[in-house]
Amino acid sequence: MSTHSSSSEITYHPEHTGGTKRIWKIFWVLSVLTIIELGLGYFMYAQHGSLSYTVVISTKIAIAILTLMKAYYIVSVFMHLGDEVRNLIMTIVVPLILFVWFIIAFLADGNSWRNMRNTDAGSRPQTEQVTPAAIEQGQKP
Amino acid sequence: MSTTTVPAGTKWWTGGRSPFNASYGKVMMWYFLMSDAFTFGAFLISYGTIRFSVNHWADPNQVFNAFPFAGHANLPLAFVSLMTFILIFSSVTMVLAVHEGHKMNRKGVEKYMILTILGGLAFLGCQAWEWTHMITGDHAVLVNGQIEHWGTTVTKNPWGPQVMHNGALVSTPGPIAFGGYFFGITGFHGFHVFSGVIINIIMYIKTKLGHFDERGHYEMIEKAGLYWHFVDLVWVFVFLCFYLV
Repeated sequence: MSTHSSSSEITYHPEHTGGTKRIWKIFWVLSVLTIIELGLGYFMYAQHGSLSYTVVISTKIAIAILTLMKAYYIVSVFMHLGDEVRNLIMTIVVPLILFVWFIIAFLADGNSWRNMRNTDAGSRPQTEQVTPAAIEQGQKP
Repeated sequence: MSTTTVPAGTKWWTGGRSPFNASYGKVMMWYFLMSDAFTFGAFLISYGTIRFSVNHWADPNQVFNAFPFAGHANLPLAFVSLMTFILIFSSVTMVLAVHEGHKMNRKGVEKYMILTILGGLAFLGCQAWEWTHMITGDHAVLVNGQIEHWGTTVTKNPWGPQVMHNGALVSTPGPIAFGGYFFGITGFHGFHVFSGVIINIIMYIKTKLGHFDERGHYEMIEKAGLYWHFVDLVWVFVFLCFYLV
């Protein structure tokens, strides 16, 4: 009895006749993306201290973009969201756009707190932080 | 590749059919996962905010450099890569179980559900080892001019900046928030993995008892699969925020 009971809910059934080739392809894509991420992470570790701030930040942004690509493949293929009708895709994806504001606003806030603390809320200019290694021995933290 | 062939001009919003072309349970699972994404997102963004607000943060390559049975070898990224690949692989076996479900192949679903459950248990085992290692593994840390030995807990950790003390470089107490965020977020994720394993075991038993064959479809496997993939998805971001950057 192939009811697929909820007939008023499902109007069109997706074809699932394809093999498992696509699943394995995405497995390899995810693996390669992860290995590239690890490579970049290891690069930052191995070159620790000799990299400029710009290079470190760019590498971290590159890793974050690779992570978003992995997220896209997992949601679209493994969770089959890419095979659903447009209405369902939009009702899930559109609210997630809030994250754009969420991330920018809060990271900027954290940054602002650090600047306030380092400058006594703007009452003195930003100076080079005293590097802890320069603190004389015996000084109480 | 599966494609939904929907004739152009289908009226989705005039009533009589779901505009989402999916069952109530599946749509609600998606909404639950979306709300869970915001919960995890809020945790990770608050972690980012605190991390941005301090001048020094623990270096992940220094904190997570151990591997089981490798003694004190310095192996940054190694163990967490293993955990990541375990979770990716269990995601693949889950999607294969869903695929067998579409073909109404009970034996296939059973096989891949078992593999998925084993993957989940392996991941939990790795996490238990990592937590134990971090809590019990102590490191020299300079506190009020005295050397103490600290493990990493929610209230204290030895991952602060290094200072000179009696001619040797030693650590100072690290940012207090580090342990709280690390154990809080990986713990919340680990609990999701744990409940996912329980759900998968229930699904395996129901498959074995033939419930889905009686019902005529394996949609429950699909819904459990959505949850399991979401757990993998969250790990991708936890991996990014705690171990890579």
